Amino acid sequence: MFGFRFSLRGGRSALRALAVAGGLLAASPALAAEGEIAIPNANFSFQGLFGTFDRAAVQRGFLVYKDVCAACHSMQQLYYRNLQEIGLSEAQVRAIAASVEVQDGPNDEGQMFERPGRPSDRFRRPFPNEQAARAANNGALPPDLSVITKAREGGANYIYALLTGYSDPPEGVTLMPGMSYNKYFPGHQIAMAPPLSGEGQVEYTDGTKATVEQMAHDVATFLAWASEPEMEVRKALGVRMVLFLTILGCLAYAVKRKVWADLH
Amino acid sequence: MASGLHQSDFKNPVVRWIDARLPVFTMMEKEYGTFPTPRNFNYLWNFGALAMVTLLIMIATGIFLAMNYTPHVNHAFDSVERIMRDVNYGWLLRYVHANGASMFFIVVYVHIWRGLYYGSYKAPRELLWMLGVVIFLLMMATAFMGYVLPWGQMSFWGATVITNLFSAIPLVGDSIVTWLWGGFSVDNPTLNRFFSLHYLLPFVIVGVVFLHVAALHITGSNNPLGIDPKGPQDTVPFHPYYTVKDSVGLVAYFVVFAVLVFFFPNLLGHPDNYIPANPLVTPPHIVPEWYFLPYYAILRAVPNKLGGVVLMFSSILILFVLPWLDTSPVRSMRFRPIARIALLLWTVAFFVLMWCGSQPPEGIAVVLARIGTAYYFAYFLVILPLLGWFERPLPLPESIARPVLRGGGPLPAGATSKPMEKA
Amino acid sequence: MAETLATHPGAPLGAEAAHGAEPEHGGGKRRDFLKLVTGAFAVVGTGAIVWPFISSMNPSRDVLALSTTEVDLSPIQVGQAVTVVWRGKPVFVRHRTQQDIEAAQQVPVSELRDPQTDAQRVIKPEWLVMIGICTHLGCVPLGQKPTDPHGDYGGWFCPCHGSHYDTSGRIRKGPAPKNLVVPPYTFTSDTQIRIG
Repeated sequence: MFGFRFSLRGGRSALRALAVAGGLLAASPALAAEGEIAIPNANFSFQGLFGTFDRAAVQRGFLVYKDVCAACHSMQQLYYRNLQEIGLSEAQVRAIAASVEVQDGPNDEGQMFERPGRPSDRFRRPFPNEQAARAANNGALPPDLSVITKAREGGANYIYALLTGYSDPPEGVTLMPGMSYNKYFPGHQIAMAPPLSGEGQVEYTDGTKATVEQMAHDVATFLAWASEPEMEVRKALGVRMVLFLTILGCLAYAVKRKVWADLH
Repeated sequence: MASGLHQSDFKNPVVRWIDARLPVFTMMEKEYGTFPTPRNFNYLWNFGALAMVTLLIMIATGIFLAMNYTPHVNHAFDSVERIMRDVNYGWLLRYVHANGASMFFIVVYVHIWRGLYYGSYKAPRELLWMLGVVIFLLMMATAFMGYVLPWGQMSFWGATVITNLFSAIPLVGDSIVTWLWGGFSVDNPTLNRFFSLHYLLPFVIVGVVFLHVAALHITGSNNPLGIDPKGPQDTVPFHPYYTVKDSVGLVAYFVVFAVLVFFFPNLLGHPDNYIPANPLVTPPHIVPEWYFLPYYAILRAVPNKLGGVVLMFSSILILFVLPWLDTSPVRSMRFRPIARIALLLWTVAFFVLMWCGSQPPEGIAVVLARIGTAYYFAYFLVILPLLGWFERPLPLPESIARPVLRGGGPLPAGATSKPMEKA
Repeated sequence: MAETLATHPGAPLGAEAAHGAEPEHGGGKRRDFLKLVTGAFAVVGTGAIVWPFISSMNPSRDVLALSTTEVDLSPIQVGQAVTVVWRGKPVFVRHRTQQDIEAAQQVPVSELRDPQTDAQRVIKPEWLVMIGICTHLGCVPLGQKPTDPHGDYGGWFCPCHGSHYDTSGRIRKGPAPKNLVVPPYTFTSDTQIRIG
């Protein structure tokens, strides 16, 4: 029947509209970023519909953040207590928190004071404010890393590419003073000096060799977890939700056929 | 029975007692139970119900998000992240709400397109259609203000750019923009009023939806053939036939919704909105949310500020006069061979404009945006008015039941608008 | 696909119809059973949707993380009391005098509305720690400062509706049904406690 055929086509065109809308958004950054190199896939454990965070990698990544990145980059949305979610024990978390001094107060005399951190404290900021951060970094502001993989096109792949993408500038490119060449950074001139050198920067406790690639991969995994700590729960719930809805949909369709059967 | 009480047919004594004093059950039974509905709907007729459900989902998630959101420039971004990290199921509420906005627009766009294709805007449903356009406008305002609330970079710069549209108005434009902002830039007063209005407008939408449905239940639904039901054999009671059919569509819709929320929650968002708003740095490439892209393309297609703004608003306001621009007496495009192609081209133009809106305004994107804009308006202002005179529609079927049942035949005219008896 | 979907539920439904009363209405039974199962699924689904909303109103993780408070006892002299905040509520910490302790210990438990010995309410007799919220309707009783009224039993007095608490924080007179609540706390050292 002509009518029914068309209704199907109408339904499909609605889906296509969605696909086009999605496709446009996915395509637009690639087109907008003309002159940039495509970001390679770094093959993370958390990719895909069932991917989870590799706990060991997240813990190693935290070590890299703590020993290298935290010198300049804050992670203000994170609390030390969150580290229990990546498999550290409560005692370990307490010890990590207590190893930094955080400001508290005012006390009974009205003064601010320093005390050892507690699990309920936010990650300590390296600089008290934006101006201090800029002053210490040649005018550039090291971005907060709390949601960084959600805040950059390419997510964790971009972080990995950026950290491993440093090189000498190609011929004919003159760098501004204090800048480094990075082929994945928009504009290729980045104020962050190559942060990972590989030589004993980080002491991994599990025996993994701390190469630049390894550290970049681990810290990108850690930052992905930090940006989306709910991801594993979300995906697991999603699988159950879709299965449930599929069964309910089949049932509802069967009821619909039964109800309509006496009309045709 | 005491005088002044409603004559209730319900058996249950409690229901009957209430219904006699406040006939809500009779009303529900009449409007959603026995309501005679054309029997030949296809699944495109699900989208009204889907839109209604989405509105309710948005209101519910929104109310619970508001319990944890702080409308202050210093706290808004952090409070959203706190919802994502610390509030129980906060991430779920927020992702449902954020993606729900996109789903709402998808559903409403299909709903509008269905109206365009099957001529649902034509007499006697002009007012029904216009109320729908009002809902659409309110939705756009609500969505725009909601996008500002997380106070990321796109929130801030989207708000700045869109409110600056009003500065195109001659003489009073700048004063209006200052008034909208409550200051000299988008700042805390702006965020506060946007939150207030973002909370209010959905309930206004509920009110207009009520009028929309009330108007629908006066004229009755259009249908894929675009001809009026000629008797009881052309209609079925809304319940159970369309309640069950809507349920099937609803579950299918939820599957798409769930896949988006649980597996690709940031697919339709923009990464820059996870960077806290910075009034001193504009992101290199500002784009509105995908559902505004066609209008954004129209805005930029015109090299004149006022002209672009006027054209952009006209692109939606023109829908108000559509019932009088389309001069053809035939509703469904199934029987309008030329108009159907013209509408499909219009649909293509809509998507082309959507693509153009996502691109930097240069090169081919500008050319395509101009062609798309020209066709968008030509469809309404030239093609539809002229086609009514030139087009030769295909022969209309005698009745809805006839092509379905191969029987029935013409009935006495008196049966046309008689509601179905209670089964 | 439509056919398989429609016939799939047939197997259990056929069994249902077999012991049904009217086999000739198998179609109707089948629809009813289908509707029942579908309805049950829909109800379960709706319940699952409602739960996150309810749950979101419970204390969030940042609130729960702040559920301990540490108090340094060393500056509090005998006879003095301080009020600290724990979970947003006032907690009374009193360094009791010997008279306070004796008065509290000598009360016969049988006379009490909410029978508790003083020993059940303290870890160390000289330190009384309790939530400073009247068990009647939630006001904060007076009695922390020396100038405050202490009620008829030398402890605390709630000005809202006149409840009198003794030197162990037990209800003695007035409308309150229970003694002032002792929060969970531990001595982390001789001069420091952790509440929560």
